[in-house]
Amino acid sequence: MSTRAAEQEAYYRGIRMVRYDLLKEVAVALAVTLALTVVMAAVLSSPDIQPETIQSWSQNQPVDFVTTATGELAGTTTSAGYGAPYNDGSGSVQSIGFFSPQAWAGVHEPVDPAQDFVLKPLQAAAAGNGALTTAISQYNGATDKQRQGWLDAYTKALKDAKADSGQVTVAAGEYGPLPAMMANLLQLARAGGLDGYLISGGRFYQTDYTRPLLFMGDGTYLSSLAGDQHLLGNQWGMMNETGSYPGQAWLWLYTMWYQLPPYNGAPNADMLVVLTMLVLSLALVLVPFIPVLRDIPRWLPLHRLIWRSDHSGDQSGPGAITEAQSPEAGGSQGSA
Amino acid sequence: MSEKTRSRGERPSWTGAARDFLAGRLPLEHLLPERQPYYVGSWVYVFGVITIAALVWTIASGVVLAFFGPQWWHVSSVGRFFNSLHFWSVQLFFIFMVLHLWGQYFAAGWRDGRAPTWMIGAVIFLVSIVAGFTGYVSQQNFDSQWIAINAKDAVNATGAGSLFNILNFGQMYGLHVMLIPVAVTVLVVLHVVQIRMRGVVRPIEHGKPRS
Repeated sequence: MSTRAAEQEAYYRGIRMVRYDLLKEVAVALAVTLALTVVMAAVLSSPDIQPETIQSWSQNQPVDFVTTATGELAGTTTSAGYGAPYNDGSGSVQSIGFFSPQAWAGVHEPVDPAQDFVLKPLQAAAAGNGALTTAISQYNGATDKQRQGWLDAYTKALKDAKADSGQVTVAAGEYGPLPAMMANLLQLARAGGLDGYLISGGRFYQTDYTRPLLFMGDGTYLSSLAGDQHLLGNQWGMMNETGSYPGQAWLWLYTMWYQLPPYNGAPNADMLVVLTMLVLSLALVLVPFIPVLRDIPRWLPLHRLIWRSDHSGDQSGPGAITEAQSPEAGGSQGSA
Repeated sequence: MSEKTRSRGERPSWTGAARDFLAGRLPLEHLLPERQPYYVGSWVYVFGVITIAALVWTIASGVVLAFFGPQWWHVSSVGRFFNSLHFWSVQLFFIFMVLHLWGQYFAAGWRDGRAPTWMIGAVIFLVSIVAGFTGYVSQQNFDSQWIAINAKDAVNATGAGSLFNILNFGQMYGLHVMLIPVAVTVLVVLHVVQIRMRGVVRPIEHGKPRS
């Protein structure tokens, strides 16, 4: 008999052993879960709301699209001032005192929203478009003060902008080349060209959606749709799924912190929540060594529900064949 | 057994030493037992095996989805059905894993030298959450778009954004279909081996075995 077998025999000494068919239990479990899964798949299907594109965004909410693109030029969007890992900004860099791993990690996925989302696509689209070429040259040749003046005025005017037949119009003002640039960018986006440009990034094969997702995330269109699907952070969004389907319900604890003070009002809420969850996850792994946590099961009588047969005398249950049913009935010690 | 296969005084080969180690630590009668303590008949012990069964169907449906590519299920009714199988088997996997976890917590399943079994199980739960998350951002639909945009801030805040770009579908898909399933599977095998090596823990009121 092996050492381990001897140890186990000693461990179970005095405990009645019963016949048990492990593989049969596995086979039944496989059959039951397959049946359940097939029935649910056939009856309930699965969620699949089509993704949005920059094209659909610019077609459905052209004012939001132009406002966001103008914000990218002005450097006022979330992405423009985000910070690591995208750029040198600090708007979304979180820390606790001096502890700032986000800043320490640095820029690993360089994104310059003004250039990447607006100016470079416009320059690519300017081939054969004299008016656009002139507008871009005027913008690039202007002083910082001139550009800022145009951007401030145009941003203010966009609050009362009107969209008609795929065009965004604002009240007359000193906007420099911005209306011409934005009209061309809107046209490019509505035709689907901006989706392709931002995804390809100059490469044929591409699976990185960082740029188009950051750009779309800067607008209000995507978040308004997410709100309709109860996916926003203040709607316990991370654990939800579109429609009435269950989402990542196992993230309930993670999501819960975002609903509670001081997390929900903290500028570094993400960092606080993640650190809290790291501590709790470590505690979960180390439960056997943490006083009180490891003692609770002994204090609460819930284990009597688990081993009800131990207290009621009923020793039958799934997977177990009692000694009475066993052709080998009579033995009190198994082969282990 | 080892005495029969090597001469007296002969040092075991690496292969022989590994065989002796496995035979001593995990005898076949423990790996595939026909007898167990009567209390294993409690329904609580079913949650673990159902969790593994759901994992089997999750991986099987995931293999089919991976074979045909990430866009297949959006354009094919058969693909949609396999995605639904994947979706619901994942839900069952988590439901029964959580029930198993709570069951083992209130049974104090880590007693009598079984702390490694609990710890591996807890790590499986945590790695499975990462598996679920990478799956949700790999769906290529509106939900995955929004989750990616929303979740990037938490990942970036820890500095992990320099390694894990949630907005990079290729990276998330690769992790989801290969590395994380392999990690979960290996951990589940280790977890089961730990259970079979040490046997099922005695009920709390039984106390420690008599010497």
